Amino acid sequence: MKDRDGRVSAPGQLRSGDELPVGVAAGEPADQHLAELAAQFDLRPSAALPPVPAYLKQLWRRRHFIMAFATARNIAMYTDARLGQLWQVLTPLLNVAVYYLIFGVLLKTSRGIPDYISFLVVGVFVFNFTQRAFITTSRVIIDSLPMIRALQFPRASLPIAYVMIELQQMFVSMAVLVVIILARGEPVTWYWLLMIPVLLLQTIFNVGVGLFVARLGAQFNDFSQLLPFLLRTWMYLSGVLFSISGLMEDGDITPRIAWLLQLNPAALYITLMRNVLLQTQRLSAPGSKPFNAMRCAQWVHYNAKTDPKSFLYYSASCHPVGDPAHYWYYAVGWAVLALVVGFLYFWRAEVKYGRG
Amino acid sequence: MADPLVIVDDLHVVYRVYGAGGDKGTAATALLRIIGRKTKGSIREVHALRGLSFVTYRGDAVGVIGRNGSGKSTLLQAIAGLLPPEQGNVYTTGGASLLGVNAALLDDLTGERNVVLGCLAMGMTKQEAKDKYQSIVDFSGVGKFINLPMKAYSSGMGSRLRFAIAASKTHEVLLVDEALATGDAEFRVKSHNRITELRSAASTVFLVAHNLAEIEQSCNRVIWMERGQIVEQGTDVIGIVDRYIEASGGEPVLRDPVTRERIVAGRESLTTAQS
Repeated sequence: MKDRDGRVSAPGQLRSGDELPVGVAAGEPADQHLAELAAQFDLRPSAALPPVPAYLKQLWRRRHFIMAFATARNIAMYTDARLGQLWQVLTPLLNVAVYYLIFGVLLKTSRGIPDYISFLVVGVFVFNFTQRAFITTSRVIIDSLPMIRALQFPRASLPIAYVMIELQQMFVSMAVLVVIILARGEPVTWYWLLMIPVLLLQTIFNVGVGLFVARLGAQFNDFSQLLPFLLRTWMYLSGVLFSISGLMEDGDITPRIAWLLQLNPAALYITLMRNVLLQTQRLSAPGSKPFNAMRCAQWVHYNAKTDPKSFLYYSASCHPVGDPAHYWYYAVGWAVLALVVGFLYFWRAEVKYGRG
Repeated sequence: MADPLVIVDDLHVVYRVYGAGGDKGTAATALLRIIGRKTKGSIREVHALRGLSFVTYRGDAVGVIGRNGSGKSTLLQAIAGLLPPEQGNVYTTGGASLLGVNAALLDDLTGERNVVLGCLAMGMTKQEAKDKYQSIVDFSGVGKFINLPMKAYSSGMGSRLRFAIAASKTHEVLLVDEALATGDAEFRVKSHNRITELRSAASTVFLVAHNLAEIEQSCNRVIWMERGQIVEQGTDVIGIVDRYIEASGGEPVLRDPVTRERIVAGRESLTTAQS
């Protein structure tokens, strides 16, 4: 005991690398021998990274866990609130109400958009899905530390489950959304079926970024402080509240910048969903009719107060920001890119989660 | 002798504590630190494990004893792969499960859902989870509380349910960190029996406990740690425990010959059953 006392350093005096004491209890086999013994009985370092195929296989085995976990969390989320599950519907509705009041009524960003309420509701709900996925997955590792420490399972199940929670909430939001746009007089068309692939692509994208953000949030505590600002900036850049093409025609931004804004994944998924669900959006989409400078100019300069109706759909004769048919390719591209990059980034740190 | 299952080879673990430096932790000092690029100034290192080496075998129940802060919990976390070794290695088959005293699974969910989710997370299928459900609930003995959120449980009930969930699967390596300390006498008997079962299924169980009688009863191997190093280890459980008590300033426990024989006989019968 006494000789040990002499060697113990006070916390903080040690630096990795220099003078690590190599004291091993007496009578132990040499290090070389232990490593050989481990190899002989097929024992691996406990903190070793599993290869990708094995990891994916483990993950697939946990698919029921992922869904059960998502459902359970979703139910538990509102147990403390008196209105309970009603908040699933109320939260998006209140969001829409606030944005409509400020941007529709006070700031008039609704200029030039037929049926601004439907336009806004789709934008807010679709963006909210991605936004919530970002925020919740950034905390997923910290939220689940006890579970991570107690049980062995592929950690990627957790961010995926969190995105599934948001997907379940999105289904509720979509039901609310359909009620709203039906009330606005939107006709039910076959286009509505395309809602499914849009939602699927967005979910894949969200899983990808969710995995990415989960690792960032686990490793850098500062990240979750920064996240709300990033997301707010992103929302304002993604045409949730205003039309990107309208901004371009007004001359506020150059076509090149409009194109860049439109290419961002949030704007893509929002635009696709709007075009799929809203006839007014399909009819007024720039580029859906041959270019006509005069009509386009009339749309740009029309005054909502004097004549709200007649020029609304003239935006169809303006230059498009991009070819809407190509949006699908980009949407697929973003989803695949996010999933691959996010997964690999998360997997690389698999053995580090839960350490502290 | 049985096959080795956990090999710890010259293991060093260093904790890095952020924000524990000499500055006052105010916004101004944080800014100065960034400007001065002295990011290292606020990181402190605690050398928690200093060169541990040992081998444990299938069927072992290993008691880890030592004073608070001697590195027992750190050792278990390193074996579970939750702490990266600074130097050296821990070799296992993978799939070590760690049960800590505060390891609630999902506090705001009911015990029922925790059981199902715990089973699924451990890789069981839906059907397997369903089959195991009743036996887990019975084992935990939480009774009607199973329908309440786990945050409403007493600490004893919580740890019983967690142990029941984790022990429902035959882990190769099960690490129990004081998780049984809050259980009552009945539960200790149950968990002792379950540990014996796991041992006979060729698993290794690590037990950190300050209750030395529990170590003596359940373990056939003991590791005595002090300040991140091994003082003594081996299969002479009673001898090591006695010397540990002596070093702590206490008197060695006087066991009557019958008890002593029973403890030794219990272990030996198990060892012979395996071979």
